[in-house]
Amino acid sequence: MEPLSNKRKVLDFKPLNLLERSYLPEIAKGLTITMKHFFKKDVTIRYPEQKREFSENFRGQHSLKRDEDGKERCTACGLCALSCPAEAITMTAAERQPGEENLYREEKYAAVYEINMLRCIFCGLCEEACPKEAIYLDGDIVPTDFLRKDFIYGKDKLVEPPLNK
Amino acid sequence: MSTFYFIAFLSIFFSLLVIFAKNPVHSVLYLILTFFTFTIHYILLNAQFLAVVNFIVYMGAIMVLFLFVMMLLNLNKETEPGKHYLAKLAGVIAGGCLLVTLVGSLKAYKVSAPVVLQDPGLGLVKNLGKVLFSEFLLPFEISSVLLLSAMVGAVLLAKKEPKATA
Amino acid sequence: MELLDIGIKFILIVVIFLISLVVAMYSTYAERKLAAFFQDRVGPNRAGPGGMFQPLADGMKMFMKEEIIPTQASGLLFIVGPSLAIMTACIGSAVIPWGQAITIGSRVIPLQVTDINVGILYIFGVVSLGVYGIMIGGWASNNKYSLLGAIRAASQNISYEISMGLSIIALLMVTGTLSLKEITEQQHGWHWNILRQPLGFIIFIVCAFAETNRSPFDLPECETELVGGYHTEYSSMKLGFYLFAEYINMFISSAVMATLYWGGYNYPGMDWMAAHVGPIIAPLIGVAVMFAKVFAFIFFFMWVRWTIPRFRYDQLMNLGWKTLIPLAILNIVLTGLFITFL
Repeated sequence: MEPLSNKRKVLDFKPLNLLERSYLPEIAKGLTITMKHFFKKDVTIRYPEQKREFSENFRGQHSLKRDEDGKERCTACGLCALSCPAEAITMTAAERQPGEENLYREEKYAAVYEINMLRCIFCGLCEEACPKEAIYLDGDIVPTDFLRKDFIYGKDKLVEPPLNK
Repeated sequence: MSTFYFIAFLSIFFSLLVIFAKNPVHSVLYLILTFFTFTIHYILLNAQFLAVVNFIVYMGAIMVLFLFVMMLLNLNKETEPGKHYLAKLAGVIAGGCLLVTLVGSLKAYKVSAPVVLQDPGLGLVKNLGKVLFSEFLLPFEISSVLLLSAMVGAVLLAKKEPKATA
Repeated sequence: MELLDIGIKFILIVVIFLISLVVAMYSTYAERKLAAFFQDRVGPNRAGPGGMFQPLADGMKMFMKEEIIPTQASGLLFIVGPSLAIMTACIGSAVIPWGQAITIGSRVIPLQVTDINVGILYIFGVVSLGVYGIMIGGWASNNKYSLLGAIRAASQNISYEISMGLSIIALLMVTGTLSLKEITEQQHGWHWNILRQPLGFIIFIVCAFAETNRSPFDLPECETELVGGYHTEYSSMKLGFYLFAEYINMFISSAVMATLYWGGYNYPGMDWMAAHVGPIIAPLIGVAVMFAKVFAFIFFFMWVRWTIPRFRYDQLMNLGWKTLIPLAILNIVLTGLFITFL
């Protein structure tokens, strides 16, 4: 029968000659290969001291942004919580008092803003849903911890540090 | 001398344990210890070569094979074959014979003069080799033929039966 | 004076024992580090500078672990197994000459614990005894994987002991003595036995790999088939003893190979050295040379381990019985012809 494609390769197994059957040349060959690797530079990145650069679209820990004057952008509209497929986000809204204009941009702000990092799947839908460009997943890898309660991140961990002026 | 008595006591003690141990593997282990005391006996007699050969061949090779087989067989109470009364009878007769021999040899017991070696280096490799290859050449070679025949026999037994059609 | 001699011997024994232990300890570190280098990795680097204290940390961990003796295990033998394994590994070093005798004043201090005139056979006996530790431990665990590992170890050791012995016989035909000290002294300068027994050395080193249960012949602890091999049921320091015994065995067999075939403490130009640096420093340089050779062999053991995959069991047996034994006998015949006609 004609072969369907010409990719078939006919292998012929010759019986090994004495030198090949003694294994020794092949072992020597293998040893030279490993020896070459012995002198190669290692490819390890020593993690906590050295970090591999994240890719551009990497999504890490969330951060709540401030605007150019250092005011919190978030207005506690709740769209992020609504969009979150893992239901990881909760928040409590509060009204801005007079005198707090330099802290919050809008009249309404999030008094409590919590993300459960054990639930979060880092899909980035909150980022997309936010109308105020207030939340971005541009942080580092979320660190480990021992207790479940310590994975609920409040505003103390999420909000960007205030601008220094 | 006291070393000899101590080691001799250990030899007899361990060989008794070989018989009395319930578990065949323990038996073999006691037998190894017995052989080890024999090695010490050889050293006390200044026969270094014999001691080391006893150590390597008996303790290191033959007993390993014994142990090997015992472990593979996994002998225990359930697999123990029933003791036929004929076997018991044979055991009684054999034991009686042994007793008679022991009593006979004890009756002939008397303190002999201690043997003094003319050449204390007799057990060393060089002297032993010279004796083996000059005085005892014929028995030595005959025993090697005996070993060869045993080896051929073992190979024949291990070989598979040729097929009926061939 | 008698007492002083005993004291010196005692110190020598303690020093050699400690060296064996330290070398074995750092062999574990070297193994991990070398494995890493062969695979373009870094290896342990957290404990101390460059991971130097890793063996200590490992040792601590081993000591702290819970000691488990299975209820169905045979109690005393379960403990005897690892003890025997490490004991037989340690006593092999007694007959190895580590260097020439040091002369201080009128006193001559030999750097060898004892020079018995059946030195090689003694090493052989110790090696053959070593398998009992594995067998007893494997059987006493009352676990089928342990038992299979033990049985593999036993049959493997017995098979390779034969060709090892035959390769040594050819060596003995050349040297004419069983004493390791005399064998070393015959190889003065560069007259190493490897030049006279190349085939014998190849057979010997293959057998040494099999006897120490090192890869590619580490069938007794083959994880893919036997879970953990003969030490499946062991934990804590008893497991540590088994692992340790393997490394000590490797050290001792490297020392034996260096002594028998690679001239021991001899090196070209040693007479010049002895004439120029005095009777204390020159033997110490010899000791350094000896250790350099030993470490080279240990490196080779590890190098092979991270290069060659494990043999299949029937391949192992075929190699032992159908290749190495005929080769060793051929080597004896060739050596005999060589001695007779040249």
